[in-house]
Amino acid sequence: MKNKIINIFETMGLSWAVPMVKLATGENPKEQGNALFQLLGLPLIAIMLFLGLWSAMAAQVNTSLGTLPGPSQVWAQTVNLYAEHKEERAKEVAFHERQEVRNAKKLEKNPDATIKVRPYTGKPTFFDQILTSLFTVFTGFLLASVIAIPLGIACGLSDNLYTAVSPLIQIFKPISPLAWLPIVTMVVSAVYVTNDPMFEKAFVTSALTVTLCSLWPTLINTAMGVASIDKDLLNVGRVICLNWSAQVFKIALPASLPMIFTGLRISLGIGWMVLIAAEMLAQNPGLGKFVWDEFQNGSSNSLGRIMVAVLTIGLIGFVLDWLMLTLQKFVSHEKSAAR
Amino acid sequence: MTTVHNVEALFPKEGNVITDNCNEKSAIPLARKNYLDISYVSIEFPTSLGPFKALDRVNLKIAKGEFISLIGHSGCGKSTVLNIIAGLLQATEGGVVLEGKEVNDPGPDRAVVFQNHSLLPWLTVYQNVELAVKQVFRNKKSKSEMDEWIRHNLELVHMSHALHKRPSEISGGMKQRVGIARALAMQPKVLLMDEPFGALDALTRAHLQDSLMEIQRDLNNTVVMITHDVDEAVLLSDRIAMMTNGPEATVGEVLEIELERPRHRVALSDNSEYNHYRREVLAFLYERQRKPAEKTA
Repeated sequence: MKNKIINIFETMGLSWAVPMVKLATGENPKEQGNALFQLLGLPLIAIMLFLGLWSAMAAQVNTSLGTLPGPSQVWAQTVNLYAEHKEERAKEVAFHERQEVRNAKKLEKNPDATIKVRPYTGKPTFFDQILTSLFTVFTGFLLASVIAIPLGIACGLSDNLYTAVSPLIQIFKPISPLAWLPIVTMVVSAVYVTNDPMFEKAFVTSALTVTLCSLWPTLINTAMGVASIDKDLLNVGRVICLNWSAQVFKIALPASLPMIFTGLRISLGIGWMVLIAAEMLAQNPGLGKFVWDEFQNGSSNSLGRIMVAVLTIGLIGFVLDWLMLTLQKFVSHEKSAAR
Repeated sequence: MTTVHNVEALFPKEGNVITDNCNEKSAIPLARKNYLDISYVSIEFPTSLGPFKALDRVNLKIAKGEFISLIGHSGCGKSTVLNIIAGLLQATEGGVVLEGKEVNDPGPDRAVVFQNHSLLPWLTVYQNVELAVKQVFRNKKSKSEMDEWIRHNLELVHMSHALHKRPSEISGGMKQRVGIARALAMQPKVLLMDEPFGALDALTRAHLQDSLMEIQRDLNNTVVMITHDVDEAVLLSDRIAMMTNGPEATVGEVLEIELERPRHRVALSDNSEYNHYRREVLAFLYERQRKPAEKTA
């Protein structure tokens, strides 16, 4: 039981939780205390040092929007943003209540009256922007994976196909998202024309930009993973006469899963970075737009609010990477971290 | 007692004479003796420097139930011969005939035990054998029959205690045992073993050799085994085919091992006959077929 818990924590990359479990079960307190200090204490000390340095140095920098905010001001803005979010939600609820009451009254007077239900049009809060960004990045990332994994497997299995598409991959891979953006924007506005759009154009544009940039690591890693499968494993499949699809699904795909997940992890990381840049430049809703709006706004709180956003971007990026790493460890055969 | 045949002398390189003096005194009928017939197999690999002829007219007739070892220096093309029998490689000239049928593709009637076990790391021991059994006995065995058959074969190699372990959780010797069980479970006509114990330490290797002899006594399979271990070859084989150095390698001499079975390694270590066979193989490998690099050194 205990070992199982420890195992799970270790697979999840939460190695600092292991000494805690061991302490809780009364295992050599001194040794576990040392381990805890090493795994949890040292990083905490580093963070404290960083906050101290930040606080001291930020006070020295004077900008047109006042001094650069230190950790305490940033924390104040975090609280502030949360309060604004609550306030906005309360307004929304009030709006819907008012509308319902109004419609009810109208119906009371005249049952045949046509009532109007209008959606709430308040500005999205910081937390709404986070959700929008997450939704966009996952859409783009999923789209990229759906294209990249099958294509990568095909490339890995066929040398000819890989030789054929290799130059294209090499050329498209290093292109910056900002270079894609104008083209994607124009193509989306030209092609995505419907009266009743399921998604906003801005959303489609940023998701596609993410797709275009996060396609390549998955594609290359999948192809490499499939191409580097131990030939004997494939020969096992040939000896027992597996047909083509069984060969792919029972041998090639599971054998290259660890490599595929390495690719997916890199792709998601790139996708997240690309998305923020795309949102900033193209005014697509999301965290990037939040940063840009605050920058344009230029109030005395703006710098603090931007820093909240920057830290949030980092934190979410870290959580996404951790999620992918955990997934990767669960699918890898050796159960050792690929770090 | 010993019969060493110089095949090169019997089959002059230019000639097409198909005589077979290998077994004048043996009572095995011809049909049984030609169970697996490797005849005039040559193979060329294209390289940037032009074609490379790895094998040149390899001839070998193997009887049903016979255990034959292919021995030779590394790089002489032993594995290539095995891969051609398995159907994993295509001979440029000549061919392999098993039970009257020409071999062109890989198939479960020629199960291969690979040197590095080649178990699928994401499947358990049981599942690894199951993958092969399900494929080979599709529509032939019921679900419970398959289960029984998988367990039976893992029992044969003494791996019943680790059915649900993954390859990463068991030792190298155990992995190789599972590899053998998987091959046996295909009920092959010929069992092909590519240096099956080459990557194991000496003690584990001895254990596995004993296991293999035990299984062989019960099942009497036709086995072609690649090895570079002289003791292993003499201990296990009915015949040893010794290969010349590549390129253009071929079977140089065939040595018949007429030691009584069951064979015990400890008793044999003192046996003059056994030591005589060892000497024959060693003489072939280190006097007649010294590696080119060693000649100059």
